[in-house]
Amino acid sequence: MSAHSTQHGTHQGAEFDSDHGSNHIVPVRVYVAVFLTLIVMTWVTAFVSTVDLGRLNVFVALSIAIFKASLVILFFMHVKYGTRLTKMIVLAGLYWLILLLFIAMADLWTRTWMGVPGR
Amino acid sequence: MASQVVPHEHEVTTLKHHFANDEQQKDASTIGMWVFLVTEIMFFGGLFLAYFAYRQAYPAAFASASNKTNLWLGAANTTVLICSSLTMAMAVHSASVGKRKLLVAFLVLTLMLGGIFLGVKAYEYHDKWVHHEVPGYHFDCEGCDDAGHAPLFFSLYFGMTGLHATHMLVGFVILVILIFQSAKGKYTAKWYTPIEMFGLYWHFVDIVWIFLFPLLYLIDRSKTGLK
Repeated sequence: MSAHSTQHGTHQGAEFDSDHGSNHIVPVRVYVAVFLTLIVMTWVTAFVSTVDLGRLNVFVALSIAIFKASLVILFFMHVKYGTRLTKMIVLAGLYWLILLLFIAMADLWTRTWMGVPGR
Repeated sequence: MASQVVPHEHEVTTLKHHFANDEQQKDASTIGMWVFLVTEIMFFGGLFLAYFAYRQAYPAAFASASNKTNLWLGAANTTVLICSSLTMAMAVHSASVGKRKLLVAFLVLTLMLGGIFLGVKAYEYHDKWVHHEVPGYHFDCEGCDDAGHAPLFFSLYFGMTGLHATHMLVGFVILVILIFQSAKGKYTAKWYTPIEMFGLYWHFVDIVWIFLFPLLYLIDRSKTGLK
């Protein structure tokens, strides 16, 4: 008990990642800058969608969405200042999402490329 | 053991005995929350896959049906939700610097902005109902190409925005609890982990909408232009 209480408030850096930042306080101006970027990109993507860019419309809309989501994850959700383990969990989640979407869509996109006997 | 080694009051109430220190305890909460959010990513991921699969199967139906959504309301609502993400980030910031009144104010603002979002969403749902765009017996997609497959778009529209709205309703319940707890002074600059974890949840819900907006409102919008 007494040994336990003496540890309170001390930084046990050696046991954890050196880039530790769970108590990092992000300045308000960073939040405001991210917020303004998100608002501007929302209206940019809304207006660009009304211009016919052919197949590029999908590409532009999703690129802007990915950019906006990255800003939210890195700054609002503090992942930029988080531990390596947190970053790895986030990346692992996105990796599995990409596997889910791309493997299934690769099947659907390419299924009709070659003729299927009897169809 | 001896009474003189009893830690400070805050440490008694916030640091659980199985953690070495506050930092380790907070990291454990953050990691647990992110693992939960990853399961949420995969939960919504299944719906996104269904959307992509049917969109590539019936592009004409999806193009004309998605043009029935209201671009202005969609963009305005995205703006509202991003504002609520800012107020949530500011709530976490206020908690981290120990400003209790600001924390309560930002949490209330977040709740109000979330309410506006769902209000607009309810108006849009009503609009769809009035125009017979809810899949079912009375469904009638006026002027849609490949109208037989148009209900697929609207099923996904209601399914995805509905699941998103359900997440917001859950968020409202937690927000109300956090507001009362914050007002009573439960959270200090030393310990405000529930505020920060709820922030992660709220931002996640925002991210889902950041993808729903282009997929449901924007793609193929150039067919009808700005209106």
